[in-house]
Amino acid sequence: MPLSFEWLLAIRFLKEGKMQSWLILAGVTGGVAIIIFLTQLINQLQGTIIDRVLSSQAHIVIKPTEETTIRQQNTLITSALIQPRGQRLRSIDQWENIVQLARNTPGIKAVSPVATGPVFVRHNLASKSVALLGIMPTEYTKIVNMYRYMVKGRFDITGDQTVIGTDLAKDLGVTIGDRIQVTTEDNQQQNLTIVGLFDINNKDLNKRWVFSNLRLAQTLLNIPGGVSNIDLAVVQLFQAKQLAQRLKAQTGLDIESWMESNSGLLNALSNQTVTNNLIRVFVVIIVALGIASVLVVSVVQKQKEIGILRAMGAKRAQVLRIFLLQGAIFGTLGSTLGISLSFGLLTLFSLIYKSPDGSMLFTAQLDPKLAIMASIVAMIVGILAALVPARRAARMDPVQAIRS
Amino acid sequence: MSTPILELIDIRKSYAIGTSVETEVLHGINMTLSSGSFNALTGPSGSGKSTLLNLIGLLESPTSGTLRINQHDTQNITDAELTKLRGQNIGFVFQFHHLLPAFNALENVMMPAIIHQYSDKQAATTHAKSLLSAVGLADAWHKKPSELSGGMQQRIAIARALMLKPPLILADEPTGNLDTHAADDIFKLMKQINETQGITFLIVTHDTKLAARCQNRYHLVDGALTHPEDFASENLN
Repeated sequence: MPLSFEWLLAIRFLKEGKMQSWLILAGVTGGVAIIIFLTQLINQLQGTIIDRVLSSQAHIVIKPTEETTIRQQNTLITSALIQPRGQRLRSIDQWENIVQLARNTPGIKAVSPVATGPVFVRHNLASKSVALLGIMPTEYTKIVNMYRYMVKGRFDITGDQTVIGTDLAKDLGVTIGDRIQVTTEDNQQQNLTIVGLFDINNKDLNKRWVFSNLRLAQTLLNIPGGVSNIDLAVVQLFQAKQLAQRLKAQTGLDIESWMESNSGLLNALSNQTVTNNLIRVFVVIIVALGIASVLVVSVVQKQKEIGILRAMGAKRAQVLRIFLLQGAIFGTLGSTLGISLSFGLLTLFSLIYKSPDGSMLFTAQLDPKLAIMASIVAMIVGILAALVPARRAARMDPVQAIRS
Repeated sequence: MSTPILELIDIRKSYAIGTSVETEVLHGINMTLSSGSFNALTGPSGSGKSTLLNLIGLLESPTSGTLRINQHDTQNITDAELTKLRGQNIGFVFQFHHLLPAFNALENVMMPAIIHQYSDKQAATTHAKSLLSAVGLADAWHKKPSELSGGMQQRIAIARALMLKPPLILADEPTGNLDTHAADDIFKLMKQINETQGITFLIVTHDTKLAARCQNRYHLVDGALTHPEDFASENLN
């Protein structure tokens, strides 16, 4: 054991200064626990929020470019006022090619053409304005997993069958087996049979979404063979913006990712991350200062002993290593205890704080990567914090140390 | 005269006071200790005894002059080499024993071996135990320094100084902190070790009676050694 002397002295000195050692250890443990707890909590909560938001929407939506009025140049008569053109429902040009292009783009895991537009649904005297969603079920459910949200009946929209939200069903006073009448803007009418009810955890969508098969919706919305938008799902959530920009450059269409349509949410999340990072940095600094200050005191207290060890032939490097080892010991022990403590805190919090619907807001999980990182950082910080006192001890003149 | 264990040739030591003024504390010391001798260094306080002992113990470097320990020159060598030379050749006994309070008697005796990364723990332990019984403390090996009397602590410090079998032991007022009886015991112990093991001793002491019982006496006054005859006459006066 080449470091046996350093180990022996480091551990004995720590045992000798029990109070100091316990205080330092408590500081490191608390610091590591706070960092891991906060990080784990925020990561999980952010994950949950993103998951909730994105489970009912496409990651990227492709739409036809908006029609604009362009002022004609070089004419004698120019109008003083140019108003934007009224938009009507249009199909995406050559949408099959774009679906193919999207499918061949790496990073995109699902592509679903959709024909959607505003319609009225009627049952007896009740009438509601809703969005008709004409979809291909096998594709669409890869983006929004409707099967997961079904509370009654089944998700089956073949023929004239439809699936609507629980809140709309309540407003219209209908249930499975009832027929509702759909009326479009140009007064086309169609009766649909309700075969399923969904609850997507969003009251607005529960009132607005009325599903039908793609072909039927194309006919009703007067875009035969066309689609009003193409929904995409990506593999890496945070790559959505980049992929959207790439597709936009390739097609010239109006393409928006969830990161742009939810920029407020994304801002809040990134502010949260910045705050968490700030807290982490400050905790690390405070813990490092704590270790350093207690070790400085310990070096002063051990002055005589260090002098005597040097007189007996201990090298400067050996003395240096004694105190660096102490820093490393505090870092390692503290992070081990801190990881356990943070796991306890996470378990406790997961039991106390729950979602409004009673489900777990987060689970007491510990990311092994985070735990390993925290241990490594704690050890490095421990050693760095010990560097100043250790160098002071190593530089000590044995004669002065013994005499003082 | 047998081979010298320690040679000092024209050793001078100055300390800078402030930025420009230098004060010379030792003015050209010449001294030779032969191997196996038993020597006393006396002198009033402020005469430079401690400084001289620190130089010999390689804890400080002289401003000029030659200092040889066991035939090794100590000029122009690195701090690490000095540390090594010190560890191999010199054992220290201090006035205030300076045992490590966190370690028991046996561990304190073994400490020099631990520092030098012994290869055989069993052999080191056996040697340390034999040293403890040589200083009459075989039964107290497990006790912490705080549980022992001043005399016992000093015995442990002597055993520790002997651990690496150094040819030279430097003792700085080893009896200064003890009552007359204990002081006499410690002195006898050192004399006995000198006679049985042939280890050279240099003892700094205030006690002229103890000094008189040493084979060679060196007297330091104002940073210079006086002749033994002067010392003898001074002693007679």
